[in-house]
Amino acid sequence: MNTKLVYFAWVRERIGKGEEDIELPADVVTVRDLLNHLKTLGDEYENALQFPEVIRVAIDQEHVEHSEKIAGAREIGIFPPMTGG
Amino acid sequence: MSPAIRVQSQDFDLQAEIDALTAGRRDIGAVVTFTGLCRDEQGALSALELEHYPGMAEAEMLRIGKLAIERFSLLGLTAVHRYGKIRPGENIVLVIAAAPHRQAAFDGANFMMDFLKTSAPFWKKEHGADGSQGDWVSAKDADDAAREKWK
Repeated sequence: MNTKLVYFAWVRERIGKGEEDIELPADVVTVRDLLNHLKTLGDEYENALQFPEVIRVAIDQEHVEHSEKIAGAREIGIFPPMTGG
Repeated sequence: MSPAIRVQSQDFDLQAEIDALTAGRRDIGAVVTFTGLCRDEQGALSALELEHYPGMAEAEMLRIGKLAIERFSLLGLTAVHRYGKIRPGENIVLVIAAAPHRQAAFDGANFMMDFLKTSAPFWKKEHGADGSQGDWVSAKDADDAAREKWK
């Protein structure tokens, strides 16, 4: 099953696209696994996610920790710390 | 009561927003408003570009707004956040909190802003006065610290 990934701010710029649908390997279970998997997809991903501890993630538009399981997620947002207001 | 939340590119009218919140009410004794503006430092900035996560930005502001209403027993709460290119001196964000007394209104607006800054998915990019596309604004530890006071 494909999962929709959406990227924002400098994560979006470095990866070079705002969203994509990708098929995830079965051993990608948590958000942390997902970030590590994406880093293997190319230099642009490696560049965007080189410090995964600062990256924020939302599953179906709700903030989650990196330990969260991604099973059943329809949309996963990946972005830097927020700077609104 | 649900907060009035909007994410929009166009500017907002402070007085119109206050009027909408207080129309027909006789129980509101205090209205506190906060307006955040785009600020230039040393003439280096031509604009900020505000990016947001459509859908989640509204959802997160609604979630924070409901927490504020419950915690401070607010009688009304409005939050408007703009996106797109915003020049120095222009408005970025508006929060209006209404309550029977001033302390709850002050606290409600303050709480809403502290959590909005660290949880609502918005990002600022700087555009330089020399036409250069600058850096993304970094998140501030001070904003995280500001949120901690509500624990």
